[in-house]
Amino acid sequence: MAAHGCSYSALLLIICSVSVFIVADSQDTSLSGGHHAAAVEDNPQAATEAAGKTSEQPAVEERSWEATEVEEATLHEAAADKQDTPAPETEAPSPVPQPKDDFQEELVIRPLHSGDIYASFQFRTLWETDFMSGNKVSHYRLFPKSLGQVISKFSVRELHISFTQGYWRTMQWGQPFQPAPPGAELWVWFQDSVTDVDGTWKELTNVLSGIFCASLNFIDSTNTVQPSASFKPLGIGNVTDHRFLRYATLPREIVCTENLTPWKKLLPCGSKAGLTVLLKSEKLFHSSFHSQAVHIRPVCQDWQCKTTSWELRQTLNVVFDLHTSGQGKREWSLFKMFSRTLTEACPLASSSKIYIDITDDPQGELFELSPATPLLSQAMVLGDRRTFSVYDLTQPVTFGTVRSLNPLIRWKSSEGDMLRPLLHAERYVAGYGLQTGEIHTLMYNNHPYRSFPVLLLDTVPWYLRLYIHTLTVTSKGKDNTPSYIHYQPSKDRLRPHLLEMLVQLPPNSVTEVTVQFERALLKWTEYTPDPNHGFYVGSSVISSLVPSIVAMDTNITMDRPLFSSFFPCKEESSFFVRVYTEPLLVNLPTPDFSMPYNVICLTCTVVAVGYGSLYNLLTRSFQIDEPSPGLAKRLANIIRRMRGVPPL
Amino acid sequence: MATTEVERRRGQLASLSIAAVVIIVGVPLWWRTTETYRAWLPVSQINELANLQLQLSADVEVVFARGTVTPEQQKKVPLTKTQDEEHTVDEDTALRYRYETKYRTANIMEEDALKQPSAADADLSLHTLSESPCGSLVVYVIPESSSLLPEDVDVYIGQRRTALLRNGAQMKVGRTIEQLLAHLEPRIRQVLKVMSFSHTDITAALSGRVRLSPGNKESIADSMRAFKSSPGYEITFSLLNPDPKSHRLHWDIEGAVQTYIQPLLTKLAPVANFSIDSQTLYYAMLGVNPRFDSSRNAYTLNSDSLAHVINPVEARLGSNAASSNPVLNFLLYAPDAQHSPLYIQDRQKQKVPSNAFHSPRWGGIMVYNVNSFYGPEAVFPVDINIDMAKVMGVFLAQLRLLLGVQSSTAPPGFLVAPCSSTGLADWELDRLMWSRSVENVATAATTITSLAQLLDQIGNIVINDNIAEQVSSAVTSLQLAVAELEAGNLGFALQYSKEAILASERAFFDPSLLHLLYFPDDQKFAIYIPLFLPMCVPILLSLLKIISDARQRRKERQAKKE
Repeated sequence: MAAHGCSYSALLLIICSVSVFIVADSQDTSLSGGHHAAAVEDNPQAATEAAGKTSEQPAVEERSWEATEVEEATLHEAAADKQDTPAPETEAPSPVPQPKDDFQEELVIRPLHSGDIYASFQFRTLWETDFMSGNKVSHYRLFPKSLGQVISKFSVRELHISFTQGYWRTMQWGQPFQPAPPGAELWVWFQDSVTDVDGTWKELTNVLSGIFCASLNFIDSTNTVQPSASFKPLGIGNVTDHRFLRYATLPREIVCTENLTPWKKLLPCGSKAGLTVLLKSEKLFHSSFHSQAVHIRPVCQDWQCKTTSWELRQTLNVVFDLHTSGQGKREWSLFKMFSRTLTEACPLASSSKIYIDITDDPQGELFELSPATPLLSQAMVLGDRRTFSVYDLTQPVTFGTVRSLNPLIRWKSSEGDMLRPLLHAERYVAGYGLQTGEIHTLMYNNHPYRSFPVLLLDTVPWYLRLYIHTLTVTSKGKDNTPSYIHYQPSKDRLRPHLLEMLVQLPPNSVTEVTVQFERALLKWTEYTPDPNHGFYVGSSVISSLVPSIVAMDTNITMDRPLFSSFFPCKEESSFFVRVYTEPLLVNLPTPDFSMPYNVICLTCTVVAVGYGSLYNLLTRSFQIDEPSPGLAKRLANIIRRMRGVPPL
Repeated sequence: MATTEVERRRGQLASLSIAAVVIIVGVPLWWRTTETYRAWLPVSQINELANLQLQLSADVEVVFARGTVTPEQQKKVPLTKTQDEEHTVDEDTALRYRYETKYRTANIMEEDALKQPSAADADLSLHTLSESPCGSLVVYVIPESSSLLPEDVDVYIGQRRTALLRNGAQMKVGRTIEQLLAHLEPRIRQVLKVMSFSHTDITAALSGRVRLSPGNKESIADSMRAFKSSPGYEITFSLLNPDPKSHRLHWDIEGAVQTYIQPLLTKLAPVANFSIDSQTLYYAMLGVNPRFDSSRNAYTLNSDSLAHVINPVEARLGSNAASSNPVLNFLLYAPDAQHSPLYIQDRQKQKVPSNAFHSPRWGGIMVYNVNSFYGPEAVFPVDINIDMAKVMGVFLAQLRLLLGVQSSTAPPGFLVAPCSSTGLADWELDRLMWSRSVENVATAATTITSLAQLLDQIGNIVINDNIAEQVSSAVTSLQLAVAELEAGNLGFALQYSKEAILASERAFFDPSLLHLLYFPDDQKFAIYIPLFLPMCVPILLSLLKIISDARQRRKERQAKKE
């Protein structure tokens, strides 16, 4: 019976909510559509009006394209009037103006030790302009108009946005070129001329959500923080007042084709030429890891930094799992990864290159790269000296006689071991029950003899109430006191917890940060549609200057003169790394959502019972009744009746 | 027996008092606590606005130059004359045009100005003498012998708000002033039709509110070409380069906008705010494959296929991230080397001379062939500088059309002064302002009335104070706009009508009107039933019993009497 009642009430609730949605929906459409007709829905006039509209539609359709007749008079008049004004367009053979913008594209492919392939696209647009000066920038060439408008309207100094599907496995794959947390991440530095930063941020997230087709509009004050130290501007400009910084993550955001298409639209060549032809969503999303990002920042144009330009960097990182899909054969080619080959560079790009990381295989015994390229390049990447084979797409030679480029790597042996990444981190929730829990963050320093400081940034939603007095930092079994702690407590339904710490990681150690929390009860409208799935807590961010791997090899001094090798190599002795931990999935106490109706029914019944008896007592008229005879007497009477004797 | 009777009466009294408490306390309490907040709206004023009575007043000054009236006539010239013209557009929209004509003779300075060698010069010096306010007109009646106008021209319409009217040949001195005025009147009316509001313009402006009788397709298309009135417009120029491998196109859009577009927009500033952007899109293809026409040795696009041209391009144009104003798109398409030259054909299979077309309420496209800039042996990519004067001439013409600056065809005998450097005569601006004010007033009135109707129909909608405030301010601005139109202050009328439209839209699209918590009444009562049913059934039953008891007793009493 109870189950029946429950299911009945659940059904009712569902019906109720569905109809609410329908009502809201229909209201929405009618309001946004022909909004003047909406008000007179019941009015027959509206219907006839609509019918009339449709009937006149074809007439309009027929005429909807018309040739423009330009009155010659207007034209000549205008031209004649312009004679005295300086009009450069009248000089037909004028020299070609030097474009102030520049576009570069690049693809880096790195075979990973796990057998996966890491492909990293970078597209960079540089534009020598100033969005912030008085005159409005409104004429765009290579730089996308939509982002330019965003920068100038919201006075953005720096904007970094990333959409990631999957989690980067640092222990298997090493450090990525562009780290990003799962889901969406957005951090923006505003100009110091912005007065209402929160309002601008709200508007900006809404506009970006439209541009990238993502749910960035769910960023509000409850998941926005102002980190004091972890996110410094990456471009020029020395404003580090973190009042102008906003940082938010949406760990739940699912990234798919609809986010890729607008991202591709920002590129000058679209998906028509150059490296972008490889970006086919059916292959890109059939991968272990996918991350796309847009970074906008002001950079110096030259060494003296006399002029500044704006840099738009669009990056896309994919990790393909070719090992399992390749039926045990370890080989890959561009075609296998992207189901496309390259035929040309983007004609607008000043440089268009493919780099293939062959550091692990200098002698060509581990794998074989074909077609071979004579170009080699060495670069310091993430504190490591790497060697790359380079294909320059702007040279027609690269494409050979078949006019298409399809680099192929075939493994000869699956040996080789990876240097363990010097810094990596993981996080998990411990505890049982639905009342309290504990967040554990583990940070590994794998450097054999050097300790280094890291900045840990933790953003925890308000519904996990952190007990900050339980915060412990231990490494190698001893307490490790952070040298800097910035903690901002949460406010219910207003802002999240923000915890930033500067922790020194001893060499070759694990540092564990734990903090206990209590789970809050939400209001019933605050639950997500699938509350039993759990609630996400965004990744922790660990930013650090990590000692260089190159500087680590102190014992290998054979190939260097002795006089140069006494002090450890100072050149690029440390490099910046940002590591994101896994996002957490926490279960909150979830009520039975038919509860409101059950409660209503129960209270109403209780009230009705109480009221009913009271009513009865008050309104019944009481009469003294003849007491009924006892059982023995009644039995005796029955016997007496059978005997024909009058009853007692 | 007596005690049972007392007991019964007590029971009856108890149930009656419980019923009374439920009705007097319970029901109002329930009603109050479940009520939605609905702020007060000026409903009666809104209902007044639903019945739109617009009066447009134009001041016309008729100035007689020397030689057109005799001194005797001059004395008899009436000072002012008011003419009304009424139109009923539909059952709740009525229009009234009022022309307030003032007559006077020209003063010395004006006489001097009229002695200028050409009409354009006279127009300029008359303008410097006195600047007539927005929406008003001055008509100078000049003698027939005047050499200002060419032989076959009777009326000269200047760049500002003045017109020169040649007195007819038959109006020789000696006629009475009444005859003279009667003769002048239809011609002045003609001038007014051209230079000020005309009935067709105004009804077109009301098209959002009034369903026009299905007239001829031409006029509907004309009325639908221009953009709807809006407080601002975004103008985007896009250079489409489908073939960046062969063509490296350069356009000096910045300079061209400054020289050609900006003066017009500055002039139009009272009507709306404009912002201009430009972008270059590469690999932007048209949606149709042009057909090769061997007779012309060129590719052609038929006017039938034009409708499909922009769809693939449109996806890349991008919406304006920074505002929600309507966007006017102007595309310059340079066909790729393989499909050059490309010409647009009209329905008569003739080449369109401007090689451009426009789409109502969307924008325009111009095809700019660049194949003539290089020879067959050119090395790709070729640098090409686009001749912006040619392009901007087309775009300017399209912009005028799309903004609704209509160059109404002047009747024969009229000479319209060519546009000045701004590309827009003062009277053209006035015409635009008239129709925009009327359109704004009509749209705002419709929005407000439909909002009021909607709120009236759906009783569950919460009306917050800010919405009520917006509605009231919209209504106030509307009333002011109507009043200013009546008074003939065109500038203020447009200003108020813009405010009205902004406030009304803000009220209509306020997100709080779409809140989640709308429960239909039947579901609300389904939730109340567990409480209401057990409470009401005993009360009702005992009330019924009381009634039946009372009836029985009355019957008994009647039986006793008998």
